[in-house]
Amino acid sequence: MPDQADILLRVEQLTMRFGGLVAIDHLSFEARKGEITALIGPNGAGKTTVFNCITGFYKPSEGRIGLRHGAIAAWDALEPLTDSGKRSVTYGDGSLFLLERMPDYLVSQQARVARTFQNIRLFPGMTALENLMVAQHNRLMLASGYTLLGVLGFPSYAVAERAAIEQARAWLDRVGLIGRADDPAGDLPYGAQRRLEIARAMCIDPVLLCLDEPAAGLNPRESGELNDLLLSIRDDDKMSILLIEHDMSVVMEISDHIVVLDYGVKIADGSPEAVRNDEKVIAAYLGVPDQDVAKVAAEVGA
Amino acid sequence: MPEATKARNNVVAALRDAGLTALIAFFLFLPLVGFQAISNIHNEIVVTWRGALLFSLVGIIGCGRLCYALAIEPKLRRRALKAAKLETPAWRRILGKWFIPFAIGFTIVYPFVVLATAGTGGALKWVDNFGIQILIYVMLGFGLNIVVGLAGLLDLGYVAFYAVGAYSYALLAKEFGFSFWILLPLAGCLASFWGILLGFPVLRLRGDYLAIVTLAFGEIIRIILINFVALTNGYAGIGGIPRPSFFGIPFNADDNGFAAVFGLEYTPIYRTIFLYYLILALALLTCYVTIRLRRLPVGRAWEALREDEIACRSLGINTTNTKLTAFAMGAMFAGFAGSFFAARQGFISPESFTFLESATILSIVVLGGMGSQIGVAVAAIAMIGGTEIMRDLDFLKEIFGSTFDPTQYRMLIFGAGMVLVMIWRPRGLISTRSPSVFLKERKTISADLVGEGHG
Repeated sequence: MPDQADILLRVEQLTMRFGGLVAIDHLSFEARKGEITALIGPNGAGKTTVFNCITGFYKPSEGRIGLRHGAIAAWDALEPLTDSGKRSVTYGDGSLFLLERMPDYLVSQQARVARTFQNIRLFPGMTALENLMVAQHNRLMLASGYTLLGVLGFPSYAVAERAAIEQARAWLDRVGLIGRADDPAGDLPYGAQRRLEIARAMCIDPVLLCLDEPAAGLNPRESGELNDLLLSIRDDDKMSILLIEHDMSVVMEISDHIVVLDYGVKIADGSPEAVRNDEKVIAAYLGVPDQDVAKVAAEVGA
Repeated sequence: MPEATKARNNVVAALRDAGLTALIAFFLFLPLVGFQAISNIHNEIVVTWRGALLFSLVGIIGCGRLCYALAIEPKLRRRALKAAKLETPAWRRILGKWFIPFAIGFTIVYPFVVLATAGTGGALKWVDNFGIQILIYVMLGFGLNIVVGLAGLLDLGYVAFYAVGAYSYALLAKEFGFSFWILLPLAGCLASFWGILLGFPVLRLRGDYLAIVTLAFGEIIRIILINFVALTNGYAGIGGIPRPSFFGIPFNADDNGFAAVFGLEYTPIYRTIFLYYLILALALLTCYVTIRLRRLPVGRAWEALREDEIACRSLGINTTNTKLTAFAMGAMFAGFAGSFFAARQGFISPESFTFLESATILSIVVLGGMGSQIGVAVAAIAMIGGTEIMRDLDFLKEIFGSTFDPTQYRMLIFGAGMVLVMIWRPRGLISTRSPSVFLKERKTISADLVGEGHG
């Protein structure tokens, strides 16, 4: 077991009901800092719902989602924070956020959780560069004195804008789109749009990057490139990544830790090797009861 | 042989098309034109049959459709094929480069050009009816462009803010005697306050729903203006509104009036020219601020909001505040325009703030191309200048008889113009979007990719 103490995100007893349908049922898992945590499961297992709860797009019916910035000791404040009814607290060198209490834009703005979408959501009529500039909105908004200083042409905004363009340029370079910086995002090929969306999410300077099926629709070469990009984001930027993915070549190769969901319930949690050999996981993916796994697996030659 | 077959097929298809069109026209015009109900001398209603008129109309439409299908359509198709291959021609690039400086230069010298060519009497009409009138709508168009074109929020009640600006000026100037220069920003602030007030409840609405509520808001303001007689004097309106002075020097025939102070002969044209430059300055200011805003984070957030609201929220943009600022900004410019309007007219009544005004401003924005400043200005000139020109077409009376009043047909002609523009330029005169920031070169973005907003 890796260092238990280095937990970044703690999801506890997360439950989401849509009317009578229980999409997620008392799910608990943890994501550690500097690791790639994958959330996998068959279609309809509730993975994207978990994402929407974490990023504030849904309000969970029950449960707690804690996120830590800075010092590990901040977790000590979890219970007092929960009791206080506040959204976040600064504790020593760190701070703690309860994401289920925050609206979507604050999850990104304050808790700095970035996300991408299963069906790409770029701003198609804006250039690749503009897409990355929009992602730096809050920082630039502050620099432009909430628009007032910017309209009057104060130099502080020009400086901040140059810095923002530099950061955008650096990210365009990393995802290999520097040559297409001035092209509209809607004109880019599919794989490039996926990479641009990741770059855009990184431009908000997140502490946790949530990727919803980043390899969907990519060919094997492109998903290989995506693996390299994600590993470089993890290692060079010391970024923690939470990932939903169906493409097992991506999941098994880059994940440090895998959580498997089936019908909204966690059925396995551990290293890629452990999950790969877990009978329950195989059963869920093959769609057979547990006790028949060995038989079916032998039949399909697994 | 195949060529001949193809040509014959084309003719057959065109004939069938024309026949169908004529048939539809026949059934459409049969009740509308074919029968006429008139009362005779005994005051009885008699239905008369106007077969000749009906069939000549149907014939015209059928023949027109045939000509279009045989002659015009193939030509258009060939041209479209050719256009797809061609690069932007040189003249368009030169036009793009020199149009703006030329247009601004022209608007600056315009009153003097008119004064020199038409004399003092004629210039009054040309500067007032064309210059000032058009520029008011240019300014309103720029303001609404922020809400509709940039933020993608369909606002059908924009005239309400114009009314708030006008009544703010009229009431405060009459009651407290504040000067125009104090009331101009104040009217803007009050209008933007109402913009925010409207914004709060309607922010959760999108698309058609938003449009309906804004439409209702525009009507509410107008009906309040009509019924709150104690404050607004109802239908009778407010007259005798103080006119703006030239930095304290009034435009009148007195000894301390503008003409006397500057040693000129008194004519009303000085005030008109002053007002012209005033609204020109306001319109240019609006344009400049809008261009500035587009390059600021708030402007990018507006455009991003139009493109994809959910993505905006995932990037930490407070969409509520962003929409409110769009409403407030747009309303503020309408407030400026409104206070100018009141100061220019000297009289305002609820009649000036009907839904038709909102519709006109919105069609200026839509015709111009949502988000394009030049497009909006050109569309305002076409729409408002066109209306004014219609008043002057007296020679049409000689063709259609003395009872013909060209101004009565202006809405019909605008409808037709609008349909044509929507056929040829469905996204407005200037449909491309220019990026707010670039690394190497500023490439224009085709309208196909740019979102229209969902409210």
